Amino acid sequence: MAGELVLLDFWPSPFGMRSRIALAEKGIPYEYREEDLRNKSDLLLQMNPVHKKIPVLIHNGKPVCESVIQVQYIDEVWHDKAPLIPSDPYQRAVARFWVDFIDKKIYELGSKIWKTKGEEQANAKKEFIECLKLLEGELGDKTYFGGESLGYVDVALVPFYSWFYAYEKCGDFSIEAECPKMIAWVKRCMQKESVAKSLPDQEKVYEFILQLKKVFGIE
Amino acid sequence: MKWRTIFSSKTMGGDEEVKVFGMWASPYSRRVELALKLKGIPYEYIEEDLSNKSALLIKHNPVHQKIPVLVHNGKSIPESLVILEHIDETWRNNPILLSQDPYDRAMARFWAKFIDEKILSTTRKVSFTTGKEQEHAIEEVTEQLKLLENEVKGKAYFGGEGIGYVDIVANFLVFWFGNLQEALGINIFSQHKFPFIFEWIQKQLKIDMVDESRIPKDKHLTYIRTRLAAFKSASK
Repeated sequence: MAGELVLLDFWPSPFGMRSRIALAEKGIPYEYREEDLRNKSDLLLQMNPVHKKIPVLIHNGKPVCESVIQVQYIDEVWHDKAPLIPSDPYQRAVARFWVDFIDKKIYELGSKIWKTKGEEQANAKKEFIECLKLLEGELGDKTYFGGESLGYVDVALVPFYSWFYAYEKCGDFSIEAECPKMIAWVKRCMQKESVAKSLPDQEKVYEFILQLKKVFGIE
Repeated sequence: MKWRTIFSSKTMGGDEEVKVFGMWASPYSRRVELALKLKGIPYEYIEEDLSNKSALLIKHNPVHQKIPVLVHNGKSIPESLVILEHIDETWRNNPILLSQDPYDRAMARFWAKFIDEKILSTTRKVSFTTGKEQEHAIEEVTEQLKLLENEVKGKAYFGGEGIGYVDIVANFLVFWFGNLQEALGINIFSQHKFPFIFEWIQKQLKIDMVDESRIPKDKHLTYIRTRLAAFKSASK
């Protein structure tokens, strides 16, 4: 069942982090390979010819692309350890809905926060906070979105925490001030080794963003 | 808001209450109805006027306020791909839409996501842009359709032996896409360019439920043309 497992990834990618967390939660050994996105490897292009993007999970030579698909795949193959997807059918649908919401909103809005200025940035910040507040509502009084243990929604969302400092510096605002419950949840997640070891340092991500801004000529 | 009750010839247990909030011209809404019909699940259909959304729709989908929404025994499930998986997991009769094999499931989910995030999204750009932007979108969607063509090459169905998850998600190619390109006066999608997808369409048409879920062509063309005209006048 374990076989050969390789993850083609890029250290600041929140999408790659999802798969790292899922594999760590289940204690599954794998080979991590860092991709240079300006010079993509032949293996990456061969394994993900459609999108040519990371992360790609290669299991016994067969590629699984798209982070949410990878997390579900990991959960289904290694189903006996630390289950991430709820067993109740309706809760499963709810979890999938929120992961879809996170995918549609968080990355794009976050990108607008560091890439734009003025009114566009202000609108992005406002909508970003609104989305986090909706997620806070879904979390409610639970320890994690998954209940007492990390679940699918937690794994999908927590990687973006590594970008929060960059968003805050670029957008000149405090996420904790607006969404304290979200940050409290993040801190609980970061106490887990699987999460703490999968997320890069926030300052390092911020430096990376500053470099990207230079490259793209964004002030 | 119009109410319509649909019962198929194969009714399931009478204690399940299923409602679908949908819109007749939406491929996302149609795919949910198709899945329910294929599995013989009776449901109540509520047609939404998207220019005047009902309070019930907003109650059942407060986050996005969009159709389709499945309400199963009072519990709301929005997002068509989430709904399809829920239908398949809840009603385990044939056709089974997603394989039990994790790798096959991953591949099916990949292509469904590709259809929605790339093909249907680019198709929207083709519809609602003009000039160079539209030309570029047409090139883009042609390339995306080629990838899908490659995926169905040599297969009876995307799912392999019988109609499955990806076939249902790709259902928009059977009627909807052809109508759209006719209304737009373009020819991206032809048997000559996409022989394997067209072969797949012929197989789809042989399935009663697929053929019965045909969108009335004239009504659809009028609808698309009205929307395009509204877009053109709004963008002046």
